[in-house]
Amino acid sequence: MAKQTIIPFGPQHPVLPEPVHLDLVVEDETVVQAIPRIGFVHRGLEKLVEKKDYTQFVFVTERICGICSFGHSLGYSQTIEHLMGIEVPPRAEYLRVILHELSRVHSHLLWLGLGADAFGFENLFMQCWRIRERVLDIFEKTTGGRVVLSACNVGGTLYDIDDETLKGICATLDVVRREYDAILGAFLNDYSVRSRLEGVGYLSQQQARDLSIVGPFARASNVNNDVRCLRQGGYAYLESFEPIMSDGGDCLARVIVRAKEVYQSIDIIKELAAKIPAGPVMNAPKGKPAAGTQASMRLEQPRGECYYYAKGNGSMFLERMRIRTPTSQNLGGLVVALAGCDLADVPNIVLTIDPCISCTER
Amino acid sequence: MSHSSKSPWLIHYDASSCNGCDIEVLACLTPMYDVERFGIINTGNPKHADIFLVTGSVNDQNIKVVQQIYEQMREPKVVIACGVCACSGGIFKECYNTLGGVDMAIPVDVYAPGCAVRPEAIIDAVVKGLGILEQKRAALDAAKSKKKEA
Ligand code: SF4
Repeated sequence: MAKQTIIPFGPQHPVLPEPVHLDLVVEDETVVQAIPRIGFVHRGLEKLVEKKDYTQFVFVTERICGICSFGHSLGYSQTIEHLMGIEVPPRAEYLRVILHELSRVHSHLLWLGLGADAFGFENLFMQCWRIRERVLDIFEKTTGGRVVLSACNVGGTLYDIDDETLKGICATLDVVRREYDAILGAFLNDYSVRSRLEGVGYLSQQQARDLSIVGPFARASNVNNDVRCLRQGGYAYLESFEPIMSDGGDCLARVIVRAKEVYQSIDIIKELAAKIPAGPVMNAPKGKPAAGTQASMRLEQPRGECYYYAKGNGSMFLERMRIRTPTSQNLGGLVVALAGCDLADVPNIVLTIDPCISCTER
Repeated sequence: MSHSSKSPWLIHYDASSCNGCDIEVLACLTPMYDVERFGIINTGNPKHADIFLVTGSVNDQNIKVVQQIYEQMREPKVVIACGVCACSGGIFKECYNTLGGVDMAIPVDVYAPGCAVRPEAIIDAVVKGLGILEQKRAALDAAKSKKKEA
């Protein structure tokens, strides 16, 4: 038997935008086992509910993660709305889904870029991020922020987007789609790219199910757990919704699922923008969450299902806030997918689960 | 200004940021802002870097990592705190696991505020950092020639 060596990977590593540490047990060039260690980004945000009241806390949830920032504020707001029985105006529900799906487009483009960087295709990375800037411009125009939007609060949205601007957004998305069409071929058909992705980091359907994998990572192993299928909130207004699946189970399948989801999100935004009703966008909450009330909520974030739980105690402050984020589920799958891979494929596989460490550690 | 100081190499470390500032640091390098056209390159090797960009606040776990990277960097070097988290702890200041801004761990030369910090602010800070880098280099040169004379 070859000698086993442990190679540390991270926390500061060029392919990782975020600090995570992996101890890679290798035999020659093959990874036998990967042992993750986290805790570099833990801030203790769940405990911050004791210091920030429930209307302020939404701004904290936004900063759980800068990539799915809007999603977290949406999930939190929906949980508190459940808790206090607040009705959200329909226009706000539409706007929320539009902004959330725009976030997904930006998140997936960001990820496709990082993925390209991980398999050594620098140009493609730049192209993805160039297209992504168009989405950020939409954010900046409508909410003022590029990354952290502060657009959602308990009871609705803080800003309205007028119909003229919505038309402009759809027009911009057409441009995004055109430009995206032009680069997508490199991900799907380029033989060097395929050779880096095909059959690498395999996770079977059974494993994905056993490990409760969520999001595109699971859908690439043919497990459907897209929370959007439940048609909560604004998703109820969609004509139809079909999750995007693949049965490949490897890195290529994960790229394909996310790549197609960009188109899906663009379609969702355009459908909703075309039929958004007029009306107010905010039904400001009154009172405090009653003592002993509990509520939970699930939301499909770009990286998968995120679970929110809140408990009131009769004051402006919540008793408990719990958030289970997609990456904390998916790390289990990552360890399985890494076992047996080549050392040179590690960055690739780590990235294809689209890890978000600051979500995981909060 | 000596030619070498105009194209600094950067190293970026995410202390405990929310990612918001990290992706803005990366956005600086991509086509929209493209600081690479000035020869500014993001490197992963602390010994290659002139400027250390830190995002996020420090905690007990990562304070050592931040200090290690800083110590590995060669003189002259400049530290830029990107985002209010790195400047002062920001929204996470009251968290039990946050010590505060990056200046708790290492000396900071330039503070770039914003939550998230805008790419324009980062670029501004880097330009400011260039000036400081130049001063530090001049000070080092002066010390060297003094030694020679003596
Ligand atoms: S300053 Fe704001 S955006 Fe930047 S890391 Fe801190 S919370 Fe996130």
